[in-house]
Amino acid sequence: MGNGILVFAEQREGTLNKTSFEAIAAGQALGSELGQEVLAVLLGSGAQGLAEEIAAYRLSKVIYAENEKLKDYTSDGYADAMERVVRAVNPQYVVMPHTYLVRDYAPKLAARFGKGVISDCIRAQVANGQVTFSRRIFLGKIDADVVAEGEPPVFATFQSGAYRGDQATRGDSDAEVETMALEVGEVRMKPEAPFQEVKQAVDLTKADVIVAIGRGIKSKDNIAIAEQLAAALGGDIAASRPICDAEWLPIDRQIGSSGQTVAPKLYIALGISGAIQHLVGMKNAQTIVAINKDPEAPIFDIADYGIVGDLFEAVPVLTEEIKKLKA
Amino acid sequence: MKIIVFMKQVVNKDAILRINKEGTWVEEGDISYEVNESDGYALEEALRLKEKHGGGEVVICSMGPQRVKAVIKDGLARGADRAIHVVLDNLNNLSPFAAAKILAEAVREENADLLLTGLQSDDQGFAQTGVIMAELLGLPHATIVIEVDASNEALRVKRELESGWYQWYSMPRPAMLTIQSGISQIRYATLKGIMAAKKKEIKEVQPSSEGTSAASFQRIEKIYFPQKTKQTQFLGGGDAKKGAAELAEKLRAEARVI
Repeated sequence: MGNGILVFAEQREGTLNKTSFEAIAAGQALGSELGQEVLAVLLGSGAQGLAEEIAAYRLSKVIYAENEKLKDYTSDGYADAMERVVRAVNPQYVVMPHTYLVRDYAPKLAARFGKGVISDCIRAQVANGQVTFSRRIFLGKIDADVVAEGEPPVFATFQSGAYRGDQATRGDSDAEVETMALEVGEVRMKPEAPFQEVKQAVDLTKADVIVAIGRGIKSKDNIAIAEQLAAALGGDIAASRPICDAEWLPIDRQIGSSGQTVAPKLYIALGISGAIQHLVGMKNAQTIVAINKDPEAPIFDIADYGIVGDLFEAVPVLTEEIKKLKA
Repeated sequence: MKIIVFMKQVVNKDAILRINKEGTWVEEGDISYEVNESDGYALEEALRLKEKHGGGEVVICSMGPQRVKAVIKDGLARGADRAIHVVLDNLNNLSPFAAAKILAEAVREENADLLLTGLQSDDQGFAQTGVIMAELLGLPHATIVIEVDASNEALRVKRELESGWYQWYSMPRPAMLTIQSGISQIRYATLKGIMAAKKKEIKEVQPSSEGTSAASFQRIEKIYFPQKTKQTQFLGGGDAKKGAAELAEKLRAEARVI
């Protein structure tokens, strides 16, 4: 029987990922409702300072697992180190942010305990000592409430934004940092330095108005009607991932988790269903308009104005009306 | 080079979903299915690697009821050489660990050089099956891969990180890679390909009992449509043109963005 909640804090190149603080907030929320202590773990080499940064939060302990092989992230190194930490701590829950790094190693870690991860959760609720995790399935169209069964530990990852990093509570005094010098087995993969592709030509983060297109635009030729709308509004054109994948628009026009994150005054989503990966990139826009033929498209969950119908009918009319209003 | 590609059949992206009476899954009666998007890209990458590196074999492995034959046949028509169909009626209650266990056992004896699959499924979205399979087969892996360089003995892959960052990793073969959508342009099946596919082998295998009886450790209690976080004003009442005219006025008068 395990005890406590172990929060995985993520660092890269000597910087803590902001989702680490969200994970701490998630761990603290669960800890207070379950009446369990909350610990954090950080892996690295020469990253003691970051462990001390985490120790400012209300935690019963910060475990800093140190090994030369943990300097740069590898799935072999991280899964091995985390397995040792989890076996030593024997927690009830292991809470992690659903980042690309965690996605890469957490299933491998959980597999060593004969199980998988309750992944990409958007919230967790506690009733009678039982945690119900909610996940988005079917590309965001449906939510599923999931409960853990069997022996702990339960491995769970939380989506970026599920908890707020600024709601992670700081402690009255710093938590103890326990440095754990641990063995790490063979690391088979060799990482090279991370890099950015050629400087992005288009900076959509400064745009006031964005007209974004998704699959519903159907063909490259149809992009013109969206461009006309963008021109009428004095805005920029952008797209969801499939459009850039198809090379209908360059990748620097992509909005979402692997593209740009924007918060314009007006965001018009044309034929975009609203998969989570897109929503995280634009949900903070001031006014969101969605035009989509599917009334159940998740984009409508965050839209201020919605038109259910054919975008090829709506957009030319909208462009004309806006031109008239602006004239 | 022998490459195995794991492909899942999922509910069509545009399907109108209805929740079943028990509230535990969607109504499947009249729904249409398609190949999981990123798995389609994984197959394309496998075919390109085979072409580039002078042959070998591309084997599709797919799990599910008889309807998944549609995914298999389509993949064979695009150029895969043969297929393994793990026959299992219901995947919906399968945990990522159990799914990975069954699939790993189904291909263990193949001793492939490379295993590819999509980065996550468009239905359950666990994003774990490939990684757990790698662990069970004792292989190194990389996730969210957008470029594969197999010209040297060590495999070199480009991984996507967040916010426009990338990183190359090298690792020994055999290895498991989960492929990001958009890694390349997917080819269409040609008529010749469709005809040739009819003669290709599809081997049906039963799932290992160890896999099907693996404890799930997670169970869906209920599913439901997400609660809206915003009160959306729907305009036009089904008339898109009328909605557009109303919208322009709202953007001016209410939202004040024009």
